[in-house]
Amino acid sequence: MTDDQDHIAVKVESLSRKFGDFVAVDRISLEVKKGDIFGFLGPNGAGKSTTIRMLCGLLIPTAGQGTVGGYDINTRSEEIKKIIGYMSQRFSLYDDLTVEENINFFSGIYNVPQARKPARKQWVLEMAGLGDSRSALTRTLPGGYKQRLALGCAILHEPSILFLDEPTSGVDPLSRRGFWKLIYEMSKAGTTVFVTTHYMDEADYCDRLALIYRGSIIAEGTPGELRRKHMTADVLEIETENVVTAMDALGRSGIETAIFGSVLHATVGSAREDIPRLKKLLADAGIEVNRIEKIVPSLEDVFVTLIEQS
Amino acid sequence: MIQDTFERINQMVLKEFIQIFRDKRMKAIVFVIPLLQTMVFGYAVTMDVNHIPTAVYDVDRSYESRELVRRLTAPGYFDVLYRPGSPDELRDLLDRSKITFALQIDRGFSADLKRRIPTSVQVLVDGTDSNTGIVALDYANRIILKFQRDLSATRPAPAVRIDLRQRAWYNPELKSKNYNVPGVIAMVIMLTSLLLTSMAVVREREIGTMEQLMVTPLRPAELILGKTIPFAIIAFFDMVLVTVFGVLVFDIPINGSLALLPLSTAIYLLSILGIGLVISTVAKTQQQALMSTFLFYMPAVLLSGFMFPIENMPEVFQYMTYLNPLRYFLVIIRGLFLKGNGMSILWPQMAALLVIGVAVISFSALRFRKRLG
Ligand SMILES: Nc1ncnc2c1ncn2[C@@H]1O[C@H](COP(=O)(O)OP(=O)(O)OP(=O)(O)O)[C@@H](O)[C@H]1O
Ligand SMILES: [Mg+2]
Repeated sequence: MTDDQDHIAVKVESLSRKFGDFVAVDRISLEVKKGDIFGFLGPNGAGKSTTIRMLCGLLIPTAGQGTVGGYDINTRSEEIKKIIGYMSQRFSLYDDLTVEENINFFSGIYNVPQARKPARKQWVLEMAGLGDSRSALTRTLPGGYKQRLALGCAILHEPSILFLDEPTSGVDPLSRRGFWKLIYEMSKAGTTVFVTTHYMDEADYCDRLALIYRGSIIAEGTPGELRRKHMTADVLEIETENVVTAMDALGRSGIETAIFGSVLHATVGSAREDIPRLKKLLADAGIEVNRIEKIVPSLEDVFVTLIEQS
Repeated sequence: MIQDTFERINQMVLKEFIQIFRDKRMKAIVFVIPLLQTMVFGYAVTMDVNHIPTAVYDVDRSYESRELVRRLTAPGYFDVLYRPGSPDELRDLLDRSKITFALQIDRGFSADLKRRIPTSVQVLVDGTDSNTGIVALDYANRIILKFQRDLSATRPAPAVRIDLRQRAWYNPELKSKNYNVPGVIAMVIMLTSLLLTSMAVVREREIGTMEQLMVTPLRPAELILGKTIPFAIIAFFDMVLVTVFGVLVFDIPINGSLALLPLSTAIYLLSILGIGLVISTVAKTQQQALMSTFLFYMPAVLLSGFMFPIENMPEVFQYMTYLNPLRYFLVIIRGLFLKGNGMSILWPQMAALLVIGVAVISFSALRFRKRLG
């Protein structure tokens, strides 16, 4: 941990934040390598935003240390602000300014060199697909475009570390995929991306993940590692007309289940032995099963299991 | 480095102006409220002081004295209801509130004028209604000055001089000058600056852009400047707007040089913008900012001497007025407009404003920074 200091973009040790008596973030430690996409996952109220806001210098930690780009978060937030980009959970552009006015404003605030401003503006307009709507009021844009413009304005100054707090919340699935493609491209170009989400299906886009739950990190690793390490049980996918009654029926027999859209996932000890048992349980309950099979656990399954264990 | 700072402040100011001129409510605060206030107070004055019940005690009974009375009554300000035959009678009329205004022209008035030696007329004013009293005196003053100028123009030098011996009874100094438009300038600057500053900051916090600003290299001091400079500029604009409007529409006299007006306005603004920032740290919504602004504004106006003479207030309130920036600025602005006062007379008010201003703006800046952190 000493000789690879140069490869670390974000490092945090026993970082805590209290609000009154309530501990929102509880002695977390983590490391993010330069150029990685680091996914910070957790359910609502887990402490994701609180952590990100401490890293960006918006909140003072109650205890613990951390560095961002080598600068101490407790003492050097001025320097940190020059090298990071931040996109908060709430949409935070001026919606009474036009697209172009927002870009001009933020490139001024970030002190983008005068000579580079036109090129950066053009880049953002293209990236956000807003080349033809530069004089449209921002409030009139559709959600996905707003989100891309917000990202564009946060990276006008070409930050080396980018913090994104639930950048895809409230955006349609197609725009979400497009958004992740942008994040991926930036990471390939060398930007470190620290991103929070509670869409577990987005976790697979990340190089490394940390799962935070009630203020503590309960698991960390690459998506593959997490699957292997924490998923000793098997996951069965059950397709049926009535997932809710099926869930109730299995729950009464002490089987852990979770609904995924129109299908049900059940965590069992062994697929070979449990498939017949589940079929019988459901048949007895009068539920018709269209399909039941063992699947590769998704990260969401992993997290459901982890959260239930903790 | 310093260019970077300048650029960031510049961007903030620019953005603020774009937003103000795009927002109907903000535009109303900048343009409509000042003119509306000037109208309300301006017209309240002129309507109040027409047809002032007047007595004329003309002992001279000359062509000149009759001409003076004719000029006095012609515009409709004064209605001559009585022509008493003795000073006692005149006094009685005033005592019993039959008249508000009296003109006394003593024997020898026309003879003095013909010989071109300084002469005088006497006017008496009922000062109970100080508002009417001071306006009446002002009208009389102007009419007599004009009379004197006209006489001088038609005759060879030396110029004719008429002294106006004016006396206000019952409230000799006529201190509650709640009529004058210059006072509106002070109020308008206060109201618009308070509203704009507090609303602009709270709005950014409401929509979440404040947090975005806080992760940029923008420093707290730059943010404070970015949130005050635009409204200071608008306050200056409103000052000019009300002055021009007051002079053109209400014929407000400018008896002195207004050179001190920008300087004193700048000092006054320190306090007002500071209070606006403090409100922005207390209020959570724009609605609250609006309410807090009026919660401050109303007592500030009441305890300024704008409507009620400070001398007539209970002692506690009198002491409170010493903390009120409006109190000092009213004296300054009226002094500049009406009396032609300069720094030699107004410096105590200027100094008091400066002390309060520096204290308030420092306190608010500290509080504002703390609130951000
Ligand atoms: N300023 C604050 N004062 C008091 N409590 C707070 C404050 N900010 C956050 N909290 C609490 O701390 C906990 C963690 O909040 P945080 O915003 O970090 O969660 P999150 O993981 O980002 O959740 P979400 O997915 O809802 O955004 C929550 O219970 C929240 O209510
Ligand atoms: Mg959050």
